Amino acid sequence: MALTNETIKERLIAKFGDEVSHFEEPYGFLTFAAPKELNLKVLQYLFDDEELRFQFLTDLTAVHYPDQAGRELAVVYHLHNLTDNIRLRFKVYTSIAQPDVFTATQLYSSANWMERETYDFFGINFVGHPNLKRILNVDEMDYFPLRKEYPLEEQTRVDKDDAMFGRGALPAAANRGTIETPRHDREARVPASGTPGVEQGKQDWPTDTTKV
Amino acid sequence: MSAEQHIKLPEGSIEKTTTTLNLGPTHPATHGVFQNILELDGERIVSAEQTVGYIHRAFEKLAERRPLYQITTLTDRLNYCSSPINNMGWHLTVERLLGVKTPKRVDYLRVIIMELARISDHLICNSVVGVDSGAFTGFLYVMQYRELIYEIYEEICGSRLTTNMGRIGGFERNFTNAAFEKIEKFLAEYPAVLKEFENLFNRNRIFMERTIGAGPISAERALNYGFTGPNLRAAGVDYDVRVHTPYSSYEDFDFEIPVGSTGDCYDRFLVRNGEMWQSLRIVEQAYRKVQDMKGSEAEIFHADAPAYYLPEKKDVYTKMEALIWHFKIVMGETEIPPGEVYQSVEGGNGEVGYYLISDGGRSPYRLHFRRPCFIYYQAYSELTKGAMLSDAIIVMSSLNLIAGEMDA
Amino acid sequence: MARPVRFNIHPIKADVKDNISMANMPEGYSGEGFFTTNLSSVVGLARKNSIWPMPFATSCCGIEFMATMASHYDLARFGAERLGFSPRQCDLLMVIGTIAKKMGPVVKQVYLQMAEPRWVMAVGACASSGGIFDTYSVLQGIDQVVPVDVYVPGCPPRPEAILDGFMRIQDLVGQESIRRRHNEQYKELLQSYGIQ
Repeated sequence: MALTNETIKERLIAKFGDEVSHFEEPYGFLTFAAPKELNLKVLQYLFDDEELRFQFLTDLTAVHYPDQAGRELAVVYHLHNLTDNIRLRFKVYTSIAQPDVFTATQLYSSANWMERETYDFFGINFVGHPNLKRILNVDEMDYFPLRKEYPLEEQTRVDKDDAMFGRGALPAAANRGTIETPRHDREARVPASGTPGVEQGKQDWPTDTTKV
Repeated sequence: MSAEQHIKLPEGSIEKTTTTLNLGPTHPATHGVFQNILELDGERIVSAEQTVGYIHRAFEKLAERRPLYQITTLTDRLNYCSSPINNMGWHLTVERLLGVKTPKRVDYLRVIIMELARISDHLICNSVVGVDSGAFTGFLYVMQYRELIYEIYEEICGSRLTTNMGRIGGFERNFTNAAFEKIEKFLAEYPAVLKEFENLFNRNRIFMERTIGAGPISAERALNYGFTGPNLRAAGVDYDVRVHTPYSSYEDFDFEIPVGSTGDCYDRFLVRNGEMWQSLRIVEQAYRKVQDMKGSEAEIFHADAPAYYLPEKKDVYTKMEALIWHFKIVMGETEIPPGEVYQSVEGGNGEVGYYLISDGGRSPYRLHFRRPCFIYYQAYSELTKGAMLSDAIIVMSSLNLIAGEMDA
Repeated sequence: MARPVRFNIHPIKADVKDNISMANMPEGYSGEGFFTTNLSSVVGLARKNSIWPMPFATSCCGIEFMATMASHYDLARFGAERLGFSPRQCDLLMVIGTIAKKMGPVVKQVYLQMAEPRWVMAVGACASSGGIFDTYSVLQGIDQVVPVDVYVPGCPPRPEAILDGFMRIQDLVGQESIRRRHNEQYKELLQSYGIQ
């Protein structure tokens, strides 16, 4: 019998009970979440089980949801069963105050640099990682750039005038605190997956370009 | 062989028994910027530590600022040797999110372009492996045919390298007769060139002695390291995204997947050559299929999705609906469903994945690129353990490390 | 909408005499067995037709540079046959591609390792001004760290554009005064970059 999303879901619920939750299938891709303490157990189970055999880690990344208190950072694992050709998405949520997640490097060697990249961008501390330091940014950088509160542009540059680019008032000196940029001072919008409530699209461009 | 056999240091000495050699980030132009700090014991490598990020351009943060149709320009610059594949992969991702179905002719045209891009990527990689082992002629010879591929791109989208080709839902204009003539010319002339390139390298004794046994990897280790693409196929695993999860009508084509056995540099070279032959087959089949379409079917070059595909400019200036659609698309007021989607395509180096989380707005909430080069470069220290220094160079170039894809 | 095909389908038979250009003699007085001119003109003529570039290729523009080096848009016919990869042996630093902040000190270090007279060419939009990457990690133009002589815009610039930039460098090299590297203005320029 071919492996289907239903079977995987049943096996997971049979093994982990109600620890695994938020089962969804956006665009046919089975997605679920589990508490962060269980991430290695779930990954190990998916790896070892003879029927499930998710032995290829396609991708490991994170997403920042600033408005879900206590669950701001989501670590997302994309797994692939190459023999039966099924993909799976597994999410663990952690709070931004204490972003500790167990590392998957023992199981998948490819997780090594992917976790370093996730640490570099979001600040998630992977417990047990052999070499958790910044990989893509300069080592001296003291903030985690892909978090939503930080702007895209470098704040110390003096040659490009933000007002000309429609980006409100930004201080000239480096200010790494919570910078209100027009992109982010709307109400929060989070996608359907994993959290209740959906915000429909609001306009993306700044409304007030007169601030200099 | 350990250092203790050759060098005896007195107790408490602070000297090391190995030499530290810093390979990069500036090394001979062809590779791109990444650094390897090698510990050498004489000529043998004891350990290697990689540093990347010298060309980190923050694509993922930049993508949160751009509307979906402007992110194509960012995807060009990932694997810039085969940028059309990245472009098409992005369009497929967005089309999956939006639920847009492209007609067959668009799919076949996309297949032609993607396979030409794959040939151009493998040409760079293989000729550079030749250059690094001392054979410059192959590089000069095949670059001529890369120029012909560039001319084909120019006929279609206007640009040679960073193509920004196609739109969400299809192409921006129909392929011109000139483009088809150039594709025919390519199909007619290229097989002889590839044959001659193979004659120069495949059974060349010097090349074989340089590359056989350099940087082998077993299939289990390769899978554990997340290898995909020609590097994985050289190790013996026939995983190809085009066959496993066909996109853009790849299931309509008949082609094989060349697979190696030991995963060393020679196998990777041969797998890439084999893939170029298969790509040529696919282009021929796709070209036949497109030429067989007649009449009004031959004029289709985009999907019927007025909410996402910009209307023709002359309609915008004359018709009300077209003007409204144009305004809505550019200002981001069309229906973009919130949700998350993961789409992958077979790029020149393996599975290029796009993980897009949309919150219903004009730009993505989060876009993550699954970049094969970044993932398999980790294995470099394992591949070169105990190898000689010159093997390290050959391994680096045969892995086809593209810095833009590595750092994104 | 058929468009007439113009390029490369039916190539014209080229005549070799169309493709050779002779370097012009500098102005001066000549007579039976002697020729007088400025030293700087002669030195400039020699230097400009034998520049040894160092390609500091980082990204997509690097592939266009490889195309420039290859036989179709041959860079060697301008005298830049030998690409050096060691800055100690090169005259022209061609920075081709995006320079991230992590790479900035490396560019500076390579520039310092070059011996006078040295020129710098910024190839591509990213090297000139940061290009499309106005982000926290990209240096907005290499002229933040090294003085640049010629900027070649484009993303990526066509090989012809790179060759045009190279010819501008040749003009600069040919007309440079011998005393230029010793005068006050040049020293001030280097001081402003923090280079002694």
